[in-house]
Amino acid sequence: METLWFCLVAIMVAGYVVLDGYDLGAGFVHLFVARDERERKQILATVGPVWDGNEVWLLAGGGTLYFAFPALYAASFSGFYLALMIVLWLLILRAVSVEVRNHVDSPLWRPFWDVVFGVSSSLLCLLFGVALGNVVRGVPLDASGYFFIPLWTNFLAGNEAGIIDWYTLLIGLASLAALALHGSLWVALRTAGDLSARSRRVAGRLWWAVLAMTAVITLTSFRIQPHLYGQFAQWPWGYVFPALAALGLGGMLVFIRARDDLRAFLASCAYLVGMLTSLVFGVYPLVLPATRPEFSLDIHNAAAPLYGLQIGLMWWIPGMILAGIYSAFIHRHFSKRVEAE
Amino acid sequence: MDSALAIHRLHFAFTVTYHYLFPQLTMGLALLLVILKTLAIRTGKPIYDEAVRFWAKIFGINFAMGVATGIPMEFQFGTNWAAFSRAAGGVIGQTLAMEGVFSFFLESTFLGLVLFGEKRLGPRMHWFATLMTCTGAWLSGFFIIATDGWMQHPVGYTLGPHGEIILDSWLGLIFNRWTWWQYAHNMTASVVTASFVMAGVGAFYLLLRSHEEHARVFVRVGVVAGLIGTIFMLFPTGDRQGIMIAHHQPVTLAAMEGHFETMQGAPIALIGQPDMDRLALDNPVLIPRALSFLTWKHWTAEVKGLREFPRDQWPDNVPLLYYAYHIMVGLGTLLIAAMVVAGFLLWRGALFHARWMLWVLLLAVPFPYIATTAGWITAEVGRQPWLIYGLMRTAEGVSPRVSAGNGLFTLLGFMGLYLVLGILFLWLVWREIEHGPGAAATAEGGH
Repeated sequence: METLWFCLVAIMVAGYVVLDGYDLGAGFVHLFVARDERERKQILATVGPVWDGNEVWLLAGGGTLYFAFPALYAASFSGFYLALMIVLWLLILRAVSVEVRNHVDSPLWRPFWDVVFGVSSSLLCLLFGVALGNVVRGVPLDASGYFFIPLWTNFLAGNEAGIIDWYTLLIGLASLAALALHGSLWVALRTAGDLSARSRRVAGRLWWAVLAMTAVITLTSFRIQPHLYGQFAQWPWGYVFPALAALGLGGMLVFIRARDDLRAFLASCAYLVGMLTSLVFGVYPLVLPATRPEFSLDIHNAAAPLYGLQIGLMWWIPGMILAGIYSAFIHRHFSKRVEAE
Repeated sequence: MDSALAIHRLHFAFTVTYHYLFPQLTMGLALLLVILKTLAIRTGKPIYDEAVRFWAKIFGINFAMGVATGIPMEFQFGTNWAAFSRAAGGVIGQTLAMEGVFSFFLESTFLGLVLFGEKRLGPRMHWFATLMTCTGAWLSGFFIIATDGWMQHPVGYTLGPHGEIILDSWLGLIFNRWTWWQYAHNMTASVVTASFVMAGVGAFYLLLRSHEEHARVFVRVGVVAGLIGTIFMLFPTGDRQGIMIAHHQPVTLAAMEGHFETMQGAPIALIGQPDMDRLALDNPVLIPRALSFLTWKHWTAEVKGLREFPRDQWPDNVPLLYYAYHIMVGLGTLLIAAMVVAGFLLWRGALFHARWMLWVLLLAVPFPYIATTAGWITAEVGRQPWLIYGLMRTAEGVSPRVSAGNGLFTLLGFMGLYLVLGILFLWLVWREIEHGPGAAATAEGGH
């Protein structure tokens, strides 16, 4: 039952990364892909009706994590206190910038909110990567089941590490690159004209950066967290996850060159899901590795009691099927390419 | 009081009070939008559709503010109240996760359609989208109240060998009696807020003699809904809430009424200042025997006074609780009076020319917000010193490793950010009101 909920939480996280990933990425790339007000508006129009629904995956995922693994929620949220508060502020600024931008037609108002939107989106891409990096590296949990780490200390990934060290920053940059690619493929897919073509060209260039970052973080992750080795050695079928990522990465290049925007975007989804599931599989059954292994949180010591997990399935599964339908519906409803006005 | 605890409490109190300024309008307004949209379809008059478009824009701005300030609430359970989350996450995590799964997806999907899809959907589907947005908002309210209801009156759990709180009845959690009365009271209050806002904006236009046709719709719908809402707020919902507190939280009842001495046929204090050194109410204006009757439905029933209970069971800020409760009741009474008079004038066909009453409706707009906020302060300060009533004290629930300094840093950050948001919000809403609901504002999407 704990393993099942571990998988369901992973699905929520993957859903969030794929969905909000494209609008966060689009927020980052719109800073330099769009040439003028017209094109910026075009990009925002692709995001406007859907970003809110995408962000709900974060809330629903957080809620799911909360009730299935309360000890993990408590330890990680209080331990990463400052980073999470900064994430909240960025989410607020981003939401406000999308909502208020078009309310006022002024040459000062719109560029200001465009910059807020772009900067908050990019920092969020970076910070979500940093968060994943922390989960892989491990945190100084102790016997009480809690920890607290500052934002940064000496930037070494050792025992005194802060939330940001060279390794987590590297993962953050990798995530920024991957979501920038994801976002530019989204823009290429959902816009028409020059903007779409330019976005595709940008994606073609970003692809090389993502390839390089993927190689680097794969090598460093195995050095930082030896647990990963054992995991893949013990269950070789787990290689399907990295294989999915590799396939997605390769597919992207092929489809970008073939100008098949839909398949390129889907390949990017596969890449993101593959990378995320590889990481999650590698860490399992831990949910938050500790610097001293005996204090690590795993699916058993962090999970809620059995009854709650069982009853949770009864409403969670139908609820998420409904949510999936809404999500698919709204994406279909707003699926026309946005033309420049 | 340990300073980290004080800061974490203030952190939550500040962010939740600010947050709830927005949902209290949107939940009620969602219902009024469904009513307006229904009128539009039933009568076929374009004026109702224009009213829907106008209020949907106000709704959209409030909704965005509600979402932006709501996300921090879910996070803070983990960041600032980690020990509480670890102990109770298996129970209240259920209701919080259900909120995400059942209402947020619904709301966000259909609100997009309400705001951007009127032309493509056609009137019936647009009505349906409005109804679904309303359903999402009301479900969301339910799951949050279910969470708070469980903290006020925990049910459906057993204690494990080490004192762990283990959920053993999901139905018990959902059908908590406390939750349903609190929910009814809260949602009614939300309708009251929305009614006063709608009627107030209508009165504003009538006084200015602009957009008069729309304004009459706003005032009519606002006053009718407000009249029903304010009465329902008092009876049965407020009444039942009081009875539940008398039964399950007698200390809280004594503190909020400023009732220090146990007596039969206890009076109710309308006004008075609690003196916590002498343990008495200064300058009281009393209605004899009323408290006994209201709580136990018996004029001579015994009501326990605060002195009866050990000090460590008392809410830790009795004067704040007392004033919050009295402000809620006092303003609630005035709101009922305002709606009764306005309703009477509307019935006699004199309301639209009674400028003094339109002024009253206009100036009344802030008061349901104040009354609702005071009501929530009553509920939450009244629960103290408990975080989960009778099970876990507030001091035990705080994050053990997050220092006062870090907490103050983020509290100040939120204060600054929310100040900016507040100014932005007021300005945007003012622009919409100034622009008005007329034909010029009817373009699809509006912006």
